[in-house]
Amino acid sequence: MEFEKFLLLSAILFCIGLYGALGRRNAITVLMSLEIMFIAVILTAVAISRYVATQALTSDLANPSEATMQTLLTGQTFALFIIVVAAAEIALGLAIVIAFYRSKETIDISQANSMSE
Amino acid sequence: MLFHDLLFWVLATITISSALGVVLLHNLFRAALLLVLLFLSIAGHFFLLTAEFLGVVQVLIYAGAISILIIFAIMLTQNVQQGNLPNKLQFPVLFVSLALAGILIFVLSNTNWNLVQSLPQGSDILNIAFHNTTDTLAKLLLTNFALPFSTAGVLLLASLIGALSLVREK
Repeated sequence: MEFEKFLLLSAILFCIGLYGALGRRNAITVLMSLEIMFIAVILTAVAISRYVATQALTSDLANPSEATMQTLLTGQTFALFIIVVAAAEIALGLAIVIAFYRSKETIDISQANSMSE
Repeated sequence: MLFHDLLFWVLATITISSALGVVLLHNLFRAALLLVLLFLSIAGHFFLLTAEFLGVVQVLIYAGAISILIIFAIMLTQNVQQGNLPNKLQFPVLFVSLALAGILIFVLSNTNWNLVQSLPQGSDILNIAFHNTTDTLAKLLLTNFALPFSTAGVLLLASLIGALSLVREK
């Protein structure tokens, strides 16, 4: 339970974010829900990197080298890269929302249907 | 250990309730402020997981920069009153996300995780590996992950230029 509780938390967070991203009309709420989903994935990566033994560590258990120890931190490195990508995504997403607001005077995404008319 | 558990459950309560608030609240500005609370509680979770560098990065980037961006966008679009309405897919989506939550919880409770603690000398390994994660992360980023690290810089530059050219007055 000590490890699974983190996965439980991030599963619930991911589903809340999924509901917000697909079930709401406001573009900014959709972006905020996407951030919640990113956060859930980052939390999973960090929790797994903290608790789960890698293949390399299990096979090298008698005298683990420094490189093997470093593989335990791969999840945190991945989390850093996800943070970078999320930052780029939110900057572009908000820029698109503002450009959309300029042309349509609304941020209701059900109005984003110019290509289907 | 008891204190650790107590801290986790308090933080988890804050996290879940502020996430629900972000999705369900009618007032967008309050939703954005709850998003900041969510980011801060997640930073607390990172500290519980001995990822102190990520916790600080979380506070700096998410609670600092991204929340400011979102609040700016809310102000610029002047749509706070109209609020946060559900669309016509609301109930199918609610069903799908509840089903996904059920599936995820079923899978994670039925997987046989190979935990480090259960290995012989597992706690020693954890003490050494997570002694100073900032140092180790720096080493990893500049050796094993040097190529993704520089690609991330290029990605940030490209998104900076993209965002500027999208919002520029024509």
